[in-house]
Amino acid sequence: MSLAELICPAGTPAALRTAVDAGADAVYCGFQDATNARNFPGLNFTPEELAEAVVYAHAKGTKVLLALNTYPPAGKVDLWRQAADTGARIGVDAFIVADMGVAEYIARTHPGVRLHLSVQAAASSPEAIRYYCEHFGVKRIVLPRILTIPEIRAIRKEIPCEIETFIFGNHGLMVEGRCSLTNYLTGQSTNMDGVCSPASDVEYTRHADGSMSSQLAGFTIDCFGPEEKAGYPTICKGRYTAPHRSEGYYAFEEPVSLNLSRLLPELIDAGVHAFKIEGRQRSKSYVRGVVSAFRRAVDDIREGRPADIADLIALTEGQKQTQGAFETKKWR
Amino acid sequence: MTKLTLGPIAYHWSAEKRRDFFARIADEAAVDEVYLGEVICSKRAPFHEADLPVTIERLERAGKTVILSTLAEVMLKRERKATEDLAAMHAPEIEINNAAGLYARGRRAHRIGPFMNAYNEATIDWMARQGATHVCLPTELPGEAIATAARNARQLGLGVEVQVFGRASLAVSARCYHARAHGRTKDNCQFVCEGDPDGMPLRTTDDNPILRVNGIQTQSESYVDLLPETGRLVADGVTHLRLQPQAVDMVGVAAVFRGVLDRALGMEEAEARLREICADTPFSNGFYYGQAGYRRIANAASH
Amino acid sequence: MATSSDISHRPSWRNGGVVSRLACATVQPLLSRVVRRIAARHTSLFARLGPHQGTDYLIDPVELPFALHLRPDPKNLLFRAVPRDAMPRGGAVIRGRFLLLLELIDSEEDGDAAFFSRDLEVTGDTEAVVRLRNALDDMDGSIADETAEMFGPPGRAVLARLRRSYGNS
Repeated sequence: MSLAELICPAGTPAALRTAVDAGADAVYCGFQDATNARNFPGLNFTPEELAEAVVYAHAKGTKVLLALNTYPPAGKVDLWRQAADTGARIGVDAFIVADMGVAEYIARTHPGVRLHLSVQAAASSPEAIRYYCEHFGVKRIVLPRILTIPEIRAIRKEIPCEIETFIFGNHGLMVEGRCSLTNYLTGQSTNMDGVCSPASDVEYTRHADGSMSSQLAGFTIDCFGPEEKAGYPTICKGRYTAPHRSEGYYAFEEPVSLNLSRLLPELIDAGVHAFKIEGRQRSKSYVRGVVSAFRRAVDDIREGRPADIADLIALTEGQKQTQGAFETKKWR
Repeated sequence: MTKLTLGPIAYHWSAEKRRDFFARIADEAAVDEVYLGEVICSKRAPFHEADLPVTIERLERAGKTVILSTLAEVMLKRERKATEDLAAMHAPEIEINNAAGLYARGRRAHRIGPFMNAYNEATIDWMARQGATHVCLPTELPGEAIATAARNARQLGLGVEVQVFGRASLAVSARCYHARAHGRTKDNCQFVCEGDPDGMPLRTTDDNPILRVNGIQTQSESYVDLLPETGRLVADGVTHLRLQPQAVDMVGVAAVFRGVLDRALGMEEAEARLREICADTPFSNGFYYGQAGYRRIANAASH
Repeated sequence: MATSSDISHRPSWRNGGVVSRLACATVQPLLSRVVRRIAARHTSLFARLGPHQGTDYLIDPVELPFALHLRPDPKNLLFRAVPRDAMPRGGAVIRGRFLLLLELIDSEEDGDAAFFSRDLEVTGDTEAVVRLRNALDDMDGSIADETAEMFGPPGRAVLARLRRSYGNS
């Protein structure tokens, strides 16, 4: 049986301490720049903050994983290399990478630090995963959220590294690391700048009837009726019309969050080594609630008890949850 | 001399439509290289792969270089098999769009496709050391980064390609949005995507055209048009300009770009002709200028 | 927790008038003390605000007789109660029930969740709101408790009563 490590998000030092105290086995975080995929205003760590956070986490036996999971555009590679050097000096336990150039640099320059392959690398077959393992010594793959449990089990048998899967949080629809939707409307790139629907381009308008519309760079993403639950203003969760769909419909996905709490035993049985909770952009309140709920659940499963899953629906996007592709390939 | 290439057809055009299309490309189009093969959806491949040998022969006879492109997304058994089979070929050249293809190809010569995320000189250098001979840069890469990447790639002896015409690929997914729009799933899609030879248009609820759906792929509503920027691209070291096939007169599109490259056609005249060929579809070049991709930055060209 | 319809339910005195002005005058000295104290204790907050130290935030607790105007400039800190009919044009407006806003400040509630459920409404400069949220979220301890402490046992009693009354609603 795998260890079922719990990998938890931290957008600020306070959130990191919250995650550690709530029972995270590892916390993942990033610097305040384009080197990670949650480059949001007011979020993330200075090198000094990260150094203190690592001391705090290590004192309690928690690992710290540094996300360097964006793609440097040509001419700016040094920023990513310096971030890796800083992380190594501070003593992070692993780097989460996507770009081959960044992976190759770390493998060569900091061979003592573990490499995890980010979901942003979109490696979804044994061959793709083996490519990164054999060339860069990747120790763990974070799988895209597009595979069924039998498919994950089959992959596990064909690869030489650990598997990490998302179990809760934002349910990205597009293949990560291959999405330029935000850049198409805003001029800021998810891959190169680490942003997705940047707040600077988001505008909410309240209408007289109590409805609320969300716009990204002037394009209407959705309009929620007075009693309707809302979602993030991301293009992939927007409502659109098509020639035969004159009523606006969710062309890609409705506002919904991933929640695999009921599938944890099956995932462990399939050979998943670590469970990832999404949400570096969320509050300490979210971190505390979600991490402690999954801590209890994983501990119960380890001890052979039926898992006690707290109700997390209030924290989900659109107050709706799904098991997505993990449950059935009909989701595709 | 700068080469014009025709990218792989992104849509589900029928076998007959493809045969006609490539016959005309072979006979009339001013393109030097043609990419073939299904890149988007593995379910479509059986419809046209039987014609591949004939198409290749036809194009090569017309003096075109043919390259076979691999799938962008590799997950299922049939997708892994298709990728492995292509990677095992000695000829023609292959363009790889997924790391599974790189794994299968090993150090044998290959091209790097636009889905491979070759964003920077470090990655390109790595890929070159693994046998890459040519790299197609990501469509969202801004001009400055293109120049830096191209300079480095040229020093390594690689060909460098940039998409200069056609809808930009903005995202791919495991889910089929054509099927979803028709209340189906990917497994029982009944190939509804065939009805949209230039993609299925999506508009915002306040009627602003924004995106195109092509099966699992999401594309831009606008056609990328870097005609005014071709001079700078060439000066910066780009060796191949890619025209993405759309449901318009692609022979005409190629003629316009060839005319500009050969300085046989003035920019104003060329732009007017391209405009005429593409009817009402908006043009964009925002990505090149580091701005919102859908934007059209006017008069920004410098020759 | 409040339902979304609660947000739009506005008492008749809500839009200004004598009551509102009187209430503003009463709470103003308190607000000034609170904000100076918090700023002195949590200096790192301003770094996360970045360029939005000079932004005007309008915090609108829907059931109170006034709104709050915050400009988190460390050199010239402003936090004042304003009648709704005299609200400045804010860079960002944050609207919700008073205790929810308190709980968001203290990270007892999750801002995104309150937004999804429509209990929290954000208009104007969205980036400013995100920065303020992230800055506040990085603070340890409870601003509500700290504020109550400043006023000794009576302050604690008021806060306890407030929490109870909302908890029962």
